[in-house]
Amino acid sequence: MSTGDAMSTGDAMSTGDAVKAPVLSATSLVKRFGHVTAVDDVSFELMPGASLGIVGESGSGKTTTARILAGLEQPTSGTVTLDGRAVEGHSRRARLRQARRLQMIFQDPYGSFDPRQTIAQSIAEPMRLHAPGSRKEHRARVDELLDQVGLSSRAGQSLPRDLSGGQRQRAAIARALGVAPRVLVLDEAVAALDVSIQAQILTLLDDLRRDTGISYVFVSHDLAVVRYITDTAIVMRHGRIVERGETEQILRSPRHPYTRLLLDSIPSPGWDLDRVARDRRALDLL
Amino acid sequence: MTLTIPALRARSARRGRRRPLIVPFAAGFLLLVAVAGLLAPVLAPHSPDATSLLDSLLPPGTEGHWLGTDSTGRDVLSRVMYGARLSLLAPLGVVLLSGVLGIALGLLAARAGGWADAVVSRGMDIVFAFPSLLLAMLVVAVSGPGLTAPICALAVSYTPFVGRVVRSVAIQEGARPYMESYRVMGFGELWVTLRHLLPNVMPVLIAQSTLAFGYALVDLAALSYLGLGVRPPDADWGSMISQARSAILQGEPWSGLLPGLAVLLTVVSVNVLGEHLGGSIGRKQSEGA
Ligand SMILES: Nc1ncnc2c1ncn2[C@@H]1O[C@H](COP(=O)(O)OP(=O)(O)OP(=O)(O)O)[C@@H](O)[C@H]1O
Ligand SMILES: [Mg+2]
Repeated sequence: MSTGDAMSTGDAMSTGDAVKAPVLSATSLVKRFGHVTAVDDVSFELMPGASLGIVGESGSGKTTTARILAGLEQPTSGTVTLDGRAVEGHSRRARLRQARRLQMIFQDPYGSFDPRQTIAQSIAEPMRLHAPGSRKEHRARVDELLDQVGLSSRAGQSLPRDLSGGQRQRAAIARALGVAPRVLVLDEAVAALDVSIQAQILTLLDDLRRDTGISYVFVSHDLAVVRYITDTAIVMRHGRIVERGETEQILRSPRHPYTRLLLDSIPSPGWDLDRVARDRRALDLL
Repeated sequence: MTLTIPALRARSARRGRRRPLIVPFAAGFLLLVAVAGLLAPVLAPHSPDATSLLDSLLPPGTEGHWLGTDSTGRDVLSRVMYGARLSLLAPLGVVLLSGVLGIALGLLAARAGGWADAVVSRGMDIVFAFPSLLLAMLVVAVSGPGLTAPICALAVSYTPFVGRVVRSVAIQEGARPYMESYRVMGFGELWVTLRHLLPNVMPVLIAQSTLAFGYALVDLAALSYLGLGVRPPDADWGSMISQARSAILQGEPWSGLLPGLAVLLTVVSVNVLGEHLGGSIGRKQSEGA
């Protein structure tokens, strides 16, 4: 739906560049935990203003991939390239550079705030680190951000526990935007919310992308959500990418049996358990 | 259908949060002792060192010496008031030192993990197993009497008492997801530890230090009683009890009983307060989670 808009925003952002370069690329990422290979040779590119979905069953390595992108996990091998430069090392400068370009939204918005700080304080803190300025400027910017994500300034004076789940997720988005990143990695960002709140947050994310030209890596097991919020998607299974392409295309005519299984597993009016079982068998033969 | 009787419900709801009656008494008593020590020069009826052999071992209730006199005729009330100064200051020193050491080591162990945690934790286990009074006596044996050495020795001795709790709370708090969100935002380990971890560890630290204060007070009183602590003319409650020994044997226990009572009531009050602080923090944390 908004694919065309987002794409043109992306184009507008990069006018002047000779060649349109990806803002984020992952090259042959591998992550092993002991003998478990959580991520196995994962590569993809993300263009400015684009939105990429990562789907797959539980345990397929989606979260691990997202954590590698955010620098929370060191890949066993492979590289993450942000804005044309490889992320390397754990030095202070490298981490600051990475943070300034990429921010992450977690599934549990309550847990992602210091329980003893007001929302406004939590939003202002990373801003002070990345965009030095006067107290007054920061306060004005916090109000602006709260407004942008649809929160009142009264909500800004609340503690995390006094807000609803949806409000907290809005606050988490505002905090991430305060750093002005080029990429937002969202790991099951709406999974903990009621369906109606989910829709509100998704609409907000869609609007933000159109307005700011930010890019998303959207991790989710919910195919309907991924269909709404992403242009392209990759499907992961056992840490490997089994299918990639336009989200609509993948969901309408899946090529890989695993993707078909995921689609058939969604409870719906025509839900056919026999077919799910058949898909699962076909997959196990691979 | 269940019937709820409003009055009953109100009472049981209140009971959950009600502060035991003894807590304000304990706090009040400690405040009284602190003020008495602080304002001793103004409030004390006599100089603590004014001897008068004619007035020795007067019983309580004597005019001018409401709590009696000791074997050299010094006013017991005045001496207990002045004695409060060292009796409270010395354990305070112990608690502050062991607090700083405990925070540093506990946070280091919790945040660094791995071998640093192993080394610090085993070290604290060893110190914890060593009786504090014995350690203090050993140190005094080397350094000679005086308060500085035992204060330092007890501070080391109580460091595990504080450090272990700091470590476990810091590990618990450090595992919460918001710690990772700060890392993604580019904050350094030190910043997150001092700005976000420490404030969340502080309440337990205060409760634990309060208990340590009581133990340190008893240890220091014991050292002074044994003649290993304060040196005359300075006096704390422990040395006052010590000096009353012969009078007690003569059947005139007053001059020793009062400082003894001061130690007892102060330690009980401190423990009541410490338990209460620890308990209410536990409640708050389980409510917050
Ligand atoms: N820290 C870790 N230590 C050991 N194994 C891990 C660790 N993190 C993840 N794994 C393993 O890696 C695999 C991939 O996990 P991951 O969390 O990335 O999956 P996921 O696709 O996000 O699943 P879900 O949908 O349940 O969130 C799993 O088998 C998991 O057990
Ligand atoms: Mg996950």
